[in-house]
Amino acid sequence: MTTKEYESYYVPAQSKWPIVGAVALFLIAVGAGSYVANLNNPESVGGGWVLIAGIAMVIYMMFGWFNNVITESMSGKYSHQMDNSFRQGMSWFIFSEVMFFAAFFGALLYARTFSVPWLDGAGNNAATAAILWPEFTATWPLIKTPDGTETTAMGWYGLPLINTILLLTSSVTAHFAHVALEQEKRGLLKFWLGTTVLLGMVFLYCQGLEYAHGYADEMKLYLDSGIYGNTFYMLTGFHGMHVTLGTIMLLVMFIRVLKGHFTPKNHFAFQAASWYWHFVDVVWVFLFVFVYII
Amino acid sequence: MTTDAINDQSEHDSHGDDHHDHKMTGLKRWLYTTNHKDIGSLYLWFSFIMFLTGGAMALVIRAELFQPGLQIVEPDFFNQMTTVHGLIMVFGAIMPAFTGLANWMLPMMVGAPDMALPRLNNWSFWILPFAFSILLASFFMESGAPNFGWTFYAPLSTTYSNGSTAFFVFAVHIMGISSIMGAINIVVTIMNMRAPGMTYMKMPLFVWTFFITAYLLIAVMPVLAGTVTMVLTDTYFGTSFFDAAGGGDPVMFQHIFWFFGHPEVYIMILPAFGIVSTTIPAFSRKKLFGYSSMVYATASIAFLSFIVWAHHMFTTGMPLFGELFFMYCTMLIAVPTGVKVFNWAATMWRGAISFETPMLFSIAFVILFTIGGFSGLMLAMTPVDFQYHDTYFVVAHFHYVLVTGALFSIFAGAYYWLPKWTGHMYNDSLSKWHFWCSLVSVNLLFFPMHFLGLAGMPRRIPDYALQFADFNKWVSIGGFAFGLSQLIFLVLVIKCIKGGEKASAKPWDGAEGLEWTVPSPAPYHTFEKPPKID
Repeated sequence: MTTKEYESYYVPAQSKWPIVGAVALFLIAVGAGSYVANLNNPESVGGGWVLIAGIAMVIYMMFGWFNNVITESMSGKYSHQMDNSFRQGMSWFIFSEVMFFAAFFGALLYARTFSVPWLDGAGNNAATAAILWPEFTATWPLIKTPDGTETTAMGWYGLPLINTILLLTSSVTAHFAHVALEQEKRGLLKFWLGTTVLLGMVFLYCQGLEYAHGYADEMKLYLDSGIYGNTFYMLTGFHGMHVTLGTIMLLVMFIRVLKGHFTPKNHFAFQAASWYWHFVDVVWVFLFVFVYII
Repeated sequence: MTTDAINDQSEHDSHGDDHHDHKMTGLKRWLYTTNHKDIGSLYLWFSFIMFLTGGAMALVIRAELFQPGLQIVEPDFFNQMTTVHGLIMVFGAIMPAFTGLANWMLPMMVGAPDMALPRLNNWSFWILPFAFSILLASFFMESGAPNFGWTFYAPLSTTYSNGSTAFFVFAVHIMGISSIMGAINIVVTIMNMRAPGMTYMKMPLFVWTFFITAYLLIAVMPVLAGTVTMVLTDTYFGTSFFDAAGGGDPVMFQHIFWFFGHPEVYIMILPAFGIVSTTIPAFSRKKLFGYSSMVYATASIAFLSFIVWAHHMFTTGMPLFGELFFMYCTMLIAVPTGVKVFNWAATMWRGAISFETPMLFSIAFVILFTIGGFSGLMLAMTPVDFQYHDTYFVVAHFHYVLVTGALFSIFAGAYYWLPKWTGHMYNDSLSKWHFWCSLVSVNLLFFPMHFLGLAGMPRRIPDYALQFADFNKWVSIGGFAFGLSQLIFLVLVIKCIKGGEKASAKPWDGAEGLEWTVPSPAPYHTFEKPPKID
């Protein structure tokens, strides 16, 4: 048997990037931990700077690590099998992200289906309602909590609907960009990919507007406005963070396209960014249905 | 399974291009390594250090419980001990030990040059020591370490927590990232790096169990991340996920936590099944009985693990339908588990058994794990669980499953593969001492806990009523004896690395699998070219 029968699998040499990334995560955890733990402590030095240093280090690591990977890939060291490893790795990573959102969707559905009605006496909880929360009426969205905090529900029309259209469109344009890449139409690729990035940015801008609207005095919809505000901001907030990350990924892809990277056969990074984009899009559809409409 | 192409090591060096570079020396070798064997060793050493750390905390607990009354530590410190002992043993000892075994053995078993994503592999490991430094550093903070139990039930971890909760949360986040990345690497290695001809149903059962375990990890570790995030925002940002005053529910915490937590306990036992399914056939000199049924049983257990979580919360309030559903589903797990125990027994049946140390640990595993399984079945019954809940019976149950189950299987695996890792045979008499001391002391440690629990002694309390004194004394003696016995293992491993009788490529005559086709110690890069599997 000769080596020619198999493409050899590239095993990288020692790399300093993982340990840089480990130290960066450590700084982020220590920084964020001391920042959060001392939120209400004016005398504390806080962990803000450590957190920022950690984030800077993560960015440094990403540049270095991805630079290595891109150089190796473009010099033809990666076999088809390696490409598969990357693809499978990315898809399982996205699956883990789905499960992260599932925890928060679970909290939302549990609160709506069980805990809020129970506080109003549903099931065998009549005594709970009568003794602990006699004033409380179960509604969803929960605009008045058992302890009396009042808030306003965010409607689904207006900005959320516009955002839904923006994201759905961007998923289509991302797909067009992918098709253009596979057909070697670089001009179209740049156009559709650029459009996708723009749509992502407009989405984030609209979400910022929506948050400002929620935090304004007319709505009083805050993160701590009871379980409705909690689930609203945590779900849309984490989704927004993922959109931000996805937009950055697509932007990097755009810059790489301008530099002439990617071929119709070899474009794992582009594919990964596009998968990620479709994933945040699907999450938004669920958000729109369960957080806004129903 | 035979191999006709075994790596020729002399050919190996002649490649000389950048992906066969020579390993660095000193600290840089370990910090920068992308080699699955180096990373496997790092995982195993880290887990052993954590095992001793968490063990020391257990001994503080047992010292306090040696006699009734409060004598050695403050109750709050006792709570910190039970909490961090649990966290360390689950996330720092058992899980990294399995990941270490996976790193060492999977590429060799499937005929791959390394793990599929070697740099990611390094990252998965090196973030772990940092996470545990943060967790352990909280002992030196003003507030002290987390004191709400490793299950961090709200509102203990939210409204009533001490000041270190934020550090606990971020440490758990990092542990979760490590597990998810490690699991992705395992899945991709198995799906994509198998040697040509190794179909899924030809994979060693060890590979199968890690494959399924990795899926469980990818599915539930993110849920744990979500749970701790909600604890963080409830504690510091005024959300009320787990607070009825804002429309949430502390019971919701338990649902989300145990949706992670129950698959988690199978994450800690399925790989153990894989290890003993490797060692028992080797020392019985027979094929594993019912290979395919073992695969299906493992998959069934994994599936069922997602729909039984609320059996941990029978007493915390649930509609009757829920109690019944979770009771029946839980009892259903006994079926595939029974298939496994039956298959191990059937593998040994009329085998030419020899009792080398890995086999001793494996046989002890089968018997003692089954005891843990039976007590689990008792706990699964809702009406009786009302009596057992949060007593020492539960403590006895999960320590039988995790110590004489998971830990014993790790010892079995370590003894089985030490010759392959180090190139030396371990000291046989020391290993026998380790086994027999562990076996006797572990039963002295955990068996009386069943009686204590049935008699009503609650867990996680630093004091107890006088009638529990005698059993507790023996339990504590067993605990210290078990802890000291593990030092034998430490000495044995160090001696084995430093020297000893040279091990042949296949020191166990009944062993099967690709890892025994390469020399001992296994070369730094194992399979440059995939071996052919018939």
